[in-house]
Amino acid sequence: MRVDVKKTYKLYIGGAFPRSESGRVYELKDAKGEFLANPCQASRKDFRDAVVSARGAVTGWNKATAYNRGQILYRVAEIMEGRTFQFAEEIVAMEGVNFKEAKAQVEAAIDCWVWYAGWCDKIASVSGSTNSVSGPYYNFTVPENLGVVTVFADQKSSLLGLVAGLAAVLAGGNTAIVIASEKYPLSAITLSEVLATSDVPAGVVNILTGYSAELAPWVGAHMDVDGIDVSGLSKKAEEEVRLAGAENLKRIHRFNQFQSLGRIQAFMENKTVWHPIGV
Amino acid sequence: MIVDGSESSLKSFLSGLPGVDQVGAEARAAMLATRSIKTTSKNWAIDTAISMVDLTTLEGADTPGKIKALCSKAVRPDPTDPSVPSVGAVCVYNDMVNIARTHLDSIGGQYIPVAAVSTAFPSGRASLAVKKQDTQDALDNGAGEIDMVIDRGAFLSGHLGQVFDEIVMIKELCGERAHLKVIFETGELVTYDNVRKASYLAMLAGADFIKTSTGKISPAATAPVVLVMLEAVRDYFGMTGKRIGVKPAGGIRNTKDAIKQLVLVNETAGPEWLNPGLFRIGASALLNDLLMQRMKMRDGYYASPTYVTLD
Amino acid sequence: MTNFEYAPALESTAILDIASQYGLFINGKFVDPKTAQYFPTINPANEQLISQVAFAGETDVDDAVKAARNAYEKSWSKLSAAERGKYLFRIARILQERAREFAVLETLDNGKPIRESRDVDVPLAAAHFFYHAGWSDKLKYSGLGNDPKPHGVVGQIIPWNFPLLMLAWKVAPALATGNTVVLKPAETTPMTALLFAEVCQQADLPAGVINIVTGDGSTGSFLVNHPDVDKIAFTGSTGVGKAIARAVSGTKKSVTLELGGKAANIVFEDAAIDETVEGIVNGIFFNQGHVCCAGSRLLIQENIQDEVLEKLKRRMASIRVGDPLDKNTDLGAINSAEQLSRITELSASGDLEGAHRWSPQCDLPAAGFWYPPTIFTGVTQAHRIAREEIFGPVLSVLTFRTPQEAIEKANNTPYGLSAGIWSEKGSRILWASQQLRAGVIWANTFNKFDPASPFGGYKESGWGREGGRHGLSAYLKGEK
Repeated sequence: MRVDVKKTYKLYIGGAFPRSESGRVYELKDAKGEFLANPCQASRKDFRDAVVSARGAVTGWNKATAYNRGQILYRVAEIMEGRTFQFAEEIVAMEGVNFKEAKAQVEAAIDCWVWYAGWCDKIASVSGSTNSVSGPYYNFTVPENLGVVTVFADQKSSLLGLVAGLAAVLAGGNTAIVIASEKYPLSAITLSEVLATSDVPAGVVNILTGYSAELAPWVGAHMDVDGIDVSGLSKKAEEEVRLAGAENLKRIHRFNQFQSLGRIQAFMENKTVWHPIGV
Repeated sequence: MIVDGSESSLKSFLSGLPGVDQVGAEARAAMLATRSIKTTSKNWAIDTAISMVDLTTLEGADTPGKIKALCSKAVRPDPTDPSVPSVGAVCVYNDMVNIARTHLDSIGGQYIPVAAVSTAFPSGRASLAVKKQDTQDALDNGAGEIDMVIDRGAFLSGHLGQVFDEIVMIKELCGERAHLKVIFETGELVTYDNVRKASYLAMLAGADFIKTSTGKISPAATAPVVLVMLEAVRDYFGMTGKRIGVKPAGGIRNTKDAIKQLVLVNETAGPEWLNPGLFRIGASALLNDLLMQRMKMRDGYYASPTYVTLD
Repeated sequence: MTNFEYAPALESTAILDIASQYGLFINGKFVDPKTAQYFPTINPANEQLISQVAFAGETDVDDAVKAARNAYEKSWSKLSAAERGKYLFRIARILQERAREFAVLETLDNGKPIRESRDVDVPLAAAHFFYHAGWSDKLKYSGLGNDPKPHGVVGQIIPWNFPLLMLAWKVAPALATGNTVVLKPAETTPMTALLFAEVCQQADLPAGVINIVTGDGSTGSFLVNHPDVDKIAFTGSTGVGKAIARAVSGTKKSVTLELGGKAANIVFEDAAIDETVEGIVNGIFFNQGHVCCAGSRLLIQENIQDEVLEKLKRRMASIRVGDPLDKNTDLGAINSAEQLSRITELSASGDLEGAHRWSPQCDLPAAGFWYPPTIFTGVTQAHRIAREEIFGPVLSVLTFRTPQEAIEKANNTPYGLSAGIWSEKGSRILWASQQLRAGVIWANTFNKFDPASPFGGYKESGWGREGGRHGLSAYLKGEK
């Protein structure tokens, strides 16, 4: 009989897979209550490191053309497709659903990447405008990335909610720190392995596992975070995040659709440029 | 010396000048047009404007009789009111210079210069020899001011040295005898960048005045064009310590327009330019409107054209 | 040689019919405040009383919200979108008809030059209503879904720097999208809002669609914290903006904020200098510098610093400071004693920290609140006057050597409302406008506003946009 080689689930920060600096893990049980894994319980310092990494990646990610970013997101979908079985197995273990249902979720998540990938070079056309001002000026509005966005991934859907949160943020040209679902973190970690082997530059996505409620106040208060997706937080934690986030007026949003233009727009700024028209 | 007169030194100097943003320049001119002038200032402004008028007739149909009438009006714009100042100059075609000079002298207007339009006015399309002879004629007949046109074709095709040399040559002819005004015909130069370049080119070549237009082409002396020229003389003074005059001509038909010009001068080049030695307005119909406004200010009711003399 | 003096050309106030006391505008009528309290509003140019204005307390705000809720449910939401739009068109037209009256009253209450209230504030306010009127029945084309819904009752709090214009920026989109409004004008500038209430009456706007509650910060706070307000829109200081964000953190209220700024106005070596100088002057001295998007940090490329400063100083010497009702006045009165002391205090820090102050010679009136046009040179990023919003006619001048350095300095602020770029090189303008982290970029112009042009800030300059298609999303519930 062969003994399985079990995976050590780690964090994903700046393109590397460190353990939590705190050395903490938490015991993850499967849907039947059996031991499943010991994912890292990320600390506020891990989060701080992730912000540094995400901030450092903003310029490069934005220098890429929107077409290029779209291809990179599509590449993630391609690589995920090859790992469908692994993702599905993990979903089965965590959520207790049957394989068919799990596979459907993986496929929906892959399609979600494809959907957002296609948005990268269209968002400016749809979300921007040229404006008829009353005077000899050319005036246009373009959406731009917000910067560093922290995503509290949906707690109820292991993979699809996670991908929707992340892909929307990336499509808008932002870099991300994802706090994975507490109960279903394995999909996030496997996704980070996909990201590491795709073309997503290091630091553009950072994934932490641990307790959302523990991290929430630190995320809310971190002055170098520009936006927060609170979809995966309880109302109480959300309020804490909003209260702390007011200090630098973070853009904080909760979403109820996996695929929506509003999700991308929520983490983009609109810049309006004026220039005189003359000879 | 800022330039040595060579094509390349002119090109590099003029292309080094800052650009003019059309919308910004027009907005500034429009803002200054909202200045409101009242009572005592208005009296002063009207008299100053009268003293700045280059009373002009440049018609193919001009006759000695008309020139003489114009000269009489130049000396005493309102025959009923001796407190009205004389105008700045009388501006005529070359062949009328002698008639104008003689008549002015005979009616006590020795102090009023005759300005002659020159160098194949208004087109400037003639050989250099003809242009020089044209100017020489005017000077010989007693012109105290030469209003020359530049060769716009040469300017637009980039032959800046040629334009420069022509101005230098005409200036040499004028010598100490006559002031030189250089006409750009800004309506043909089209852009404010060109107006700025032409202004510097003329000043560097020795112009005493820079002048917007011949009056034969529209648009002529628009407020933003004058603004750009006033900025040029202001900055040229900063560079060289020399004050060059500005003469808008064409399109300034009423008192309101004239006062707007004075506001432009006051707030751009500064009050030092607010005298006929440094600012002139080339016009014909304007004078009568100034006179009517003056009557209104004096009498307190609106005047009628019946009471001002026809040209 | 005679000095060409412009004689005072005073706009007459005879056109105004100002009551000695104003109530609150609730449910289509002026009513006495339940607080039974009034406070004075004065002319900042001479400190004379204009009128006494009602002070709205908690009960008054509650009455206003109830009126707005009632109007939302019973009349406004029952009206077809096209009909709703017609009311806005009516308001736009009445504002145009009574433009002169509004301009004079605005100048009286605010202290801004009549030239600006006449040529900017009032026409733009009318334009905002006209623009948004047309949106009313076209909301499904706004990119927010097929049938975007209004929030309901909107609480709006506006500042004193553009009293009527900010009212228009807030009220026009709110009504066009089908919301009803409780508006709180600024404490020091309530007059044009009260005159606007008369416009609403003349337009036969259904009662309760707009309610105007005058008061101070406490009145605003009652409005923000009122449980039946669905949305808050605020323009004002970043400090108060953050307090509002905290106050609503545990609620479902939607919020938009237009807050402070410390805009960089960047002058590259190839700029059209004369128009740039005009732009610098307009950027910082327009409306006495009481502009959140004012170009208060001038960044000049080092190699043209002397030329630009020389021209700027000469131009500043021609700025006419004085009676705001004089049509020739360029710089009017500071809005309040409080604001004047803030400007004075921050400017003093510039002196203390070693920057060099310069103002042209100008005589300031004895009564009223005045501050001369001022520039500080030798300012570094570390100076308070380079970081804090002065909100007055005070410009901090810094220099840079390379375009990259200009951008780094420009972005080195928690604010991100606006920025200026002066250059004759197209590619450089586009590059700089991409690099600057600000919501409004003026290239070769400054302080231009239009109802069709979205306005609003990055970072701590606020949430959301006002104006244009983008501004509608502040008042509609989009899908996300």
